[in-house]
Amino acid sequence: MATPGSHDRTTLSSPTRRSVLRAAAIGAGAVTLPSVLAACGSGSGAGGGGKTVTFGSNWSDPVPKQGVAKAVADFQKSQGYTVKTNTVDHNSFQQNINRYLQGNPDDVFGWFAGYRMQYFAQKGLLSDISDVWGNFTGFSDAIKAQSTGLDGKQYFVPFYYYPWAVFYRKSVFAQHGYQIPTTWDQYIALAKQMQKDGLVPISFSDKDGWPAMGTFDYINMRLNGYDFHKSLMAGHEDWTNPKVKSVFDTWRQLLPYYQQGALGLTWQESAQALQQKKTGMMTLGMFLGQQFGSDVSDLDFFAYPAIDPANGQDAVEAPIDGFLLSHKAKDPEAAKKFLTFLGTAKAENDYLSVDPTLLGVNSAVDTSGYTALQQSGAKLVSTAKSISQFMDRDSRPDFVSTVMIQALQTFLNSPSDVDGLCNSIQRQKTAIYATEG
Amino acid sequence: MRPKADLEPAVSTGPTATAASAAAPTEGRRRPRAERRRIRRLTTRDRIVITVLLGLPLLLTLVLVWATTLASIGLSFTNWDGIGSAKFIGVDNYKELFTNYPPFATAIWHNLLWLGFLALVATPLGLLFAVLLDRKIRFSRFYQSAIYLPVVLSLAVIGFISQLLFARDDGIVNTVLGTTGQGGHPVDWIGDPHINIWVVLVMAGWRHAGYVMVLYLAGLKGVDPSLKEAAAIDGANARQTFFRVVFPVMRPVNIIVGVITVIEALRAFDIVYAINGGTNGLELLSVLITDNIIGEASRIGFGSAIAVVLLLISVGCIVAYCMTELREEKK
Repeated sequence: MATPGSHDRTTLSSPTRRSVLRAAAIGAGAVTLPSVLAACGSGSGAGGGGKTVTFGSNWSDPVPKQGVAKAVADFQKSQGYTVKTNTVDHNSFQQNINRYLQGNPDDVFGWFAGYRMQYFAQKGLLSDISDVWGNFTGFSDAIKAQSTGLDGKQYFVPFYYYPWAVFYRKSVFAQHGYQIPTTWDQYIALAKQMQKDGLVPISFSDKDGWPAMGTFDYINMRLNGYDFHKSLMAGHEDWTNPKVKSVFDTWRQLLPYYQQGALGLTWQESAQALQQKKTGMMTLGMFLGQQFGSDVSDLDFFAYPAIDPANGQDAVEAPIDGFLLSHKAKDPEAAKKFLTFLGTAKAENDYLSVDPTLLGVNSAVDTSGYTALQQSGAKLVSTAKSISQFMDRDSRPDFVSTVMIQALQTFLNSPSDVDGLCNSIQRQKTAIYATEG
Repeated sequence: MRPKADLEPAVSTGPTATAASAAAPTEGRRRPRAERRRIRRLTTRDRIVITVLLGLPLLLTLVLVWATTLASIGLSFTNWDGIGSAKFIGVDNYKELFTNYPPFATAIWHNLLWLGFLALVATPLGLLFAVLLDRKIRFSRFYQSAIYLPVVLSLAVIGFISQLLFARDDGIVNTVLGTTGQGGHPVDWIGDPHINIWVVLVMAGWRHAGYVMVLYLAGLKGVDPSLKEAAAIDGANARQTFFRVVFPVMRPVNIIVGVITVIEALRAFDIVYAINGGTNGLELLSVLITDNIIGEASRIGFGSAIAVVLLLISVGCIVAYCMTELREEKK
């Protein structure tokens, strides 16, 4: 087994050994996972003098990993600090976050904005970084709100985001002469027209359990407004409220235009159907572009259509990823220096130069290298009145993962029994939210 | 050190000798005496070896099995999110589980269905394969390997294989059925919550039958051929020979196969987790435990309550099964 002292050398000399160890660790079970993974993560620290910051990175896919490494290298070079990066598989990191934070967490680690961050702040597992925020420039108020805990202090350094919208292929729309729908009626009419033209109107999949949440969030925000979405996700609203039922009722109008067998499809499969021009539209995050390969230049999107004119299209779902400071940071000053750097446009540009499917959060980010898709994404978010995260980031993780995944799949299977479904969600919600303030 | 060591065997010989003499009353008196002498001859080193060999597994069992089981039971009466301290809430988790958690009833039903399917379809099928292959038919080695092959694969891999076979639009099954083309109505094997459990059961049964076959092949090889000859001389036909003579003789294998079938049915997890995370028609108790305890949810008390229910079901099944088997043995 690689010990913390020897892992640098092990990693450099035999990368296969590391992957074997990681696989073994995943198999070995969740309880021991954080420490084992921490022991065999990839080290980038060169050792030597200067202050050291440990950094738990969940950017494990090759492209994001490289992007983060570039920003880290830039920090080390310009400020003379040493950053020891422990990269952990993205999903394992998420699964083990509770034990990780209570065990021996790294000083700085990657996480998500919104309630999912506020929850841990409330539990006292994060350090307040309001002083770091005092020096930040280029973040909008909406972004700052997403980085703020329930106690009004800042905990989160935002890095990038990816908006959700309705994606389509420009060439398909041009071929049939389709117009961009801005209202719900136009959207339905367009779907009908696509059906006539022999296309499956909407690519849709929910085998993974989470893609359907995006559609629920959007219909809810368009129908009932952003504030109601926040309040519903925070557990303050009753799920048997007619407002919630009307979300499902509205959603039901879309179901005839969905791809068949959606519950047996992953988002990748239905994104490929869009890419192969079998389907016309798809509601997903901008990462959808990953499935398009060289066709990505033909990919475009429009904002989710308005349902209630009072809300228009003013809210955008744009999950933000970024960094947190753990409550056990060994050298908080050095860690805050690192976080300060990560909040700059320079760090974001380092990352985006490697991964062009996302958007920088800082308004000072150099957008000259943006693709057309990135540019429209940036425009969409900058004109948004409010930014939501995502159902599983705006709400309690226990509620979403044990109640909402099943509930939305139940709705898709039997869309007619909305009353029974809402009652069931409400009962379970009451029980879960009763356990904790 | 020495006098103490002399004392110990004298104490421990008592029950062993009585047990031995009780078990073999017809074998005369020389046996127990010989045994006593042998145990007295144990050296300190022997004793250390025995202590280590028995004590270590005992300690591991206590810590890893009994302590964790008791901890689970204890936690099931608390509300704990994994951070801070647990709060005692009595039987609320169980109340919640039985009245207000829709996947729970589905999961119990699926686990029982799984058990029924393995016990009534897959296990008899494995026995049938074993009997056929035991007859030295042509290519029996080939069949044997082919049927045993899936056992080598992990259930997670079988989950991936079933997705290739049963995918709705480009799966092999639907392609062969010819329903994928324009205007066809392909069956949604994986996505339809009323069908997918059966697909998974077929795949799990495919693997289980191979496993059972190997166990019974070994069992059949161990049956004394003279028993079959005797049965034939007494005028028994093939079926009577098998059910009245061969099958009862294989009792030890039957017990093992029975226990394995129960265990396989109750610990089923990887195949459904690989397919769709154990949601949408593929709920199992093991998946619900994982969803609640591991991962961000951290409803540890609630998940432990599900684990306790699974424990009760497994203990109930195993105890009932072993009791009937042992009772028959006594007859």
